[in-house]
Amino acid sequence: MTSQTIPEARVRSAPDLGVLLTGAGALLLVGSALLPWAGYAGFPGKMTLSGYPGGARLYVLLLALPALALLRPLPGRAAALRAAANVELAVVALTVYFVAYAGGGFVNVGGGVYPAMIGAILYLVGSRRLPTSEAVAEGVALPDASWRFPVESLVVAGTAGLALWLFVIGLGMPSSSIASGSDLTLGPLSINDVANSGQFLAYVITIAGVALVAGRLGLLKSLTIMTGRHPKLFVAAGFIAAAAFPFTQNGSGESLSIAARIGVFAAAAVGLNIVVGLAGLLDLGYIAFFGVGAYFGALVSGSVTSVTGVHLPFALTIVLGGLVSGIFGLLLGAPTLRLRGDYLAIVTLGFGEIFRITVNNLDGSAGPSLTNGPNGVSNIPDLALGSFNFGANHTLFGIDLSFQSNYYWLELLLLAFVMTSFLRLSESRIGRAWVAIREDELAAAATGINTTRLKLLAFALGATLAGAAGTVNAHVVKVAAPDSFTFIESATLLAAIILGGMGTVPGALLGATVLYLLPEKLRFLHDLRLLVFGIALVLIMRFRPEGLVASKRRAREFHDHETDPAAEAVA
Amino acid sequence: MSVLEARAVTKRFGGLTAVKDVDLVVNEGEILGLIGPNGAGKTTFFNCLTGMETPTAGDVTYKGAPLPKRPDLITKAGVARTFQNIRLFNNMTALENVIVGRHTRTKAGVFAAVGRGPRYHREERESEQTARDLLTFVGLGRVGDELAKSLPYGDQRRLEIARALATDPGLLLLDEPTAGMNPNETAAAIDLVKGVQARGIAVVLIEHDMRFVFGLCDRVAVLVQGQKLLEGSPSEVQSDDRVIAAYLGKPTEAETAGDKQ
Repeated sequence: MTSQTIPEARVRSAPDLGVLLTGAGALLLVGSALLPWAGYAGFPGKMTLSGYPGGARLYVLLLALPALALLRPLPGRAAALRAAANVELAVVALTVYFVAYAGGGFVNVGGGVYPAMIGAILYLVGSRRLPTSEAVAEGVALPDASWRFPVESLVVAGTAGLALWLFVIGLGMPSSSIASGSDLTLGPLSINDVANSGQFLAYVITIAGVALVAGRLGLLKSLTIMTGRHPKLFVAAGFIAAAAFPFTQNGSGESLSIAARIGVFAAAAVGLNIVVGLAGLLDLGYIAFFGVGAYFGALVSGSVTSVTGVHLPFALTIVLGGLVSGIFGLLLGAPTLRLRGDYLAIVTLGFGEIFRITVNNLDGSAGPSLTNGPNGVSNIPDLALGSFNFGANHTLFGIDLSFQSNYYWLELLLLAFVMTSFLRLSESRIGRAWVAIREDELAAAATGINTTRLKLLAFALGATLAGAAGTVNAHVVKVAAPDSFTFIESATLLAAIILGGMGTVPGALLGATVLYLLPEKLRFLHDLRLLVFGIALVLIMRFRPEGLVASKRRAREFHDHETDPAAEAVA
Repeated sequence: MSVLEARAVTKRFGGLTAVKDVDLVVNEGEILGLIGPNGAGKTTFFNCLTGMETPTAGDVTYKGAPLPKRPDLITKAGVARTFQNIRLFNNMTALENVIVGRHTRTKAGVFAAVGRGPRYHREERESEQTARDLLTFVGLGRVGDELAKSLPYGDQRRLEIARALATDPGLLLLDEPTAGMNPNETAAAIDLVKGVQARGIAVVLIEHDMRFVFGLCDRVAVLVQGQKLLEGSPSEVQSDDRVIAAYLGKPTEAETAGDKQ
């Protein structure tokens, strides 16, 4: 210990070992992305070509790019590179596994796999040796200049567009040859199915990884600042991008059909968010209200299998379906909302099951003939608004649009309505009263809130929105049958809002998307998918209890103690 | 003129009579102290007045009209309260806590909230302004955006008072407003309660800090084992042997004899 200047000088003359290792790993990874990874044809992404970073190699390349940060000491650099290296290793391992598995053994992998594996390990080891600084990357706000508005608008709108574009790519990725919605007892999967699943997983992990790296570099904070300054622009850009989606499908309807179902699912999740996220009432039978709407929509749709034979215009159906469902909500809520917490959850769980069993038995033999029992009300005809037939393909601006785009747009409108209602309610006198009840019911009553009435209102409103979504869903899937309204559906909806973030709209959207899409894309796991699903939920609850997109309030609820000392020091 | 009149209020829990035949009159604009040893039934009496408990017998009138049964209706009628163990909406900001207090004095329903017409916006603005004024009044003007749970203890008590004041009460019931406070905070609390009185609001407070009670209250009522022992000016109560006996117990014959020697 002679002087402290010597180590510093050494750092300047010879770079740190961590920097060297990380850089070498990243270079190897970039190189490997240009070499073939599969020694056989058939794996998606043209993985046999050299000099072309297709398929999962693109993700490998993308995750090696943060190593460019080695050239300049950015705040949060080490943390960002560690995250990138973790995810990179996962993507490489996963892809190698799937390439080997689909190729019939490790002998059939291409030459690019070896440098990739070595590179990923070097990357990981190197990033762990990087000198860490205490500085956490803070979001940077743009200076108040004349160019700030156009730049920020562009970033905000671009983000909304990018998010949807990524979603669309994921949606369009071939998952498996099995038609979605079929049962899980399938025969052996083809090589292609397995390979496609691997591609999709790598894609999802890469997106999560890039988001993580951006977060560590403080870019997400900057983005939050900017979207917070232009919220309307952000929403409008997202909505326009979503509305433009059908024009990119070249007349195909497969992705649109899935997207429409996700939309309906998301609308129901946002409705449930009122009940659970705002008012704090745990409702485990929520899908029953969705079911009431679906059956109502089916019975008045003019379907040949409907015993009523009534055919109402759809605009009326959706309003009445919501109202009928809301009345069911009142009927169930009035006696049960005196219960709290677990007891309410059990009663609502029971209601959900009663609904399913009842519609299963209203087939004329065990009860009045209304629902066709287990067969449900099927052959629901396509919607028609005036002379516009939802079941026909159309051409707009010279672009072919499949009939699914009509339902997709209908669902988008529904979602926009539900989202607006939720957002406006949550920031109103009613929404504040709900949160107050959730926080402390006795104090809320002492503050002048009629707790029974407000809880009932939340319950009925949630039911109404679910009912409206149900009528739309009946027309999208063309059938209302009891087995669509099982407990697992309620649980999945609940999981969607907990995973996404309680009490937020983007959270409910993201949660609904992930929870709808993952099981669809993970069918190759057969029954294991529920296990994987469960593990994923446990991990998220462990590491991000406030959900993926946390409301300001929930984020502070869970993390305020971490920032408190700093705040006190400032004050 | 009286604001609140409680006549023969009794509350039994099974075989235990927590409050027995208590009469209490609160006059307009006065500060009334309610004291008594632990377990005397003070908080239960408060609960009976605010609908948290239903009295077994007796009746209560507020400004001449019988008090409603439900807590929210009682608050709407004009009787607000705070709690012995602070009950704030912890994960709402201080400002939001006070705005919630405006609930009974505002009207916007579901349709107004979704539709957001000019009337809705006006009401929201008014609620926020009232809440900010009240925060300033209790001395929390600068912490409106803090979460309630992250405020220091003394501030939380003040916030609870601001929330109660937001309901535009004619009578404010404070349950141990200085519990857990240091002398500085207690001194500030005296000013705060006097400020509330200056707004024309009658105050009833349960308190164990005798300096606080006798320095602040216009009248003091003593509750012992569920019954009202006496009621009078601070000096009357202070000099009454029965009150001292209730708190400290009666000296036995032998001790009395010993003292005289």
